[in-house]
Amino acid sequence: MSEKGNLRPRGKQSSGEKHPGARDELGPNSEIGSKLRALYTSIQEETIPDRFLDLLEKLDRVERGQGCESTVPAME
Amino acid sequence: MQNSAQDAGMDPGSTEFKRELLQALPSLRAFAVSLIGQHDKADDLVQEAIMKAWAKQDSFEMGTNIKAWLFTILRNEFYSQMRKRGREVQDSEGVFTNQLAVPPAQYGALDLQDFRKALEQLPADQREAIILIGASGFAYEEAAEICGCAVGTIKSRVSRARARLQELLGVNGQSDYGPDALSAPVTTRSFA
Repeated sequence: MSEKGNLRPRGKQSSGEKHPGARDELGPNSEIGSKLRALYTSIQEETIPDRFLDLLEKLDRVERGQGCESTVPAME
Repeated sequence: MQNSAQDAGMDPGSTEFKRELLQALPSLRAFAVSLIGQHDKADDLVQEAIMKAWAKQDSFEMGTNIKAWLFTILRNEFYSQMRKRGREVQDSEGVFTNQLAVPPAQYGALDLQDFRKALEQLPADQREAIILIGASGFAYEEAAEICGCAVGTIKSRVSRARARLQELLGVNGQSDYGPDALSAPVTTRSFA
């Protein structure tokens, strides 16, 4: 990994505006970029499976000391 | 059964960390699925990542980029599982990805399924780079941090990934999406 300083050249730039490099290569006019985003978005818009909501619920409950279940998922 | 992240997040008793995690979950999952190519395996990985993240939530600073933090955890988990399995590390050869049978309905257009197959033929490092930059919305610098490599490495992986996808899908750099030919001057291979 390179120096920390190199990693943040001009402050935060990820929000909102597209980064120039990515715009050229994978921007709205790129077929590859469009398909990639279409695929990604289709997954992102899927309903979150119950297993994750249940898991978080369980973790949260245990955290707050109300967990009657001693079955905290193994962290390993 | 209520099945929306938002509603779950509204639970007055839930911690802030949980709320943030829930908010980032759809994109974390999209990253995992597009990285791995199979929903069930990807969801197992997401589950691992959630548990790891939960266990080390003290090391997360509220207000910083939880998405990048979670992606890093998931990615590390992905590679450590691949190392354990050995064989699948070689998925750059497309050995196991070619056997994937994904119901087309799951991804809408057949078109997208072709894209997905092509994506899975990329080496994992190139695949993750192009996903992080092209779809997850990270800057090169952030993607480099997530992957623990130099910015230049990410850039070259993205370029190679894009070139390979174009090759696999038989598209050139020029867009089918309108008249703007100016946007793809660097990548266009001249067929003329």
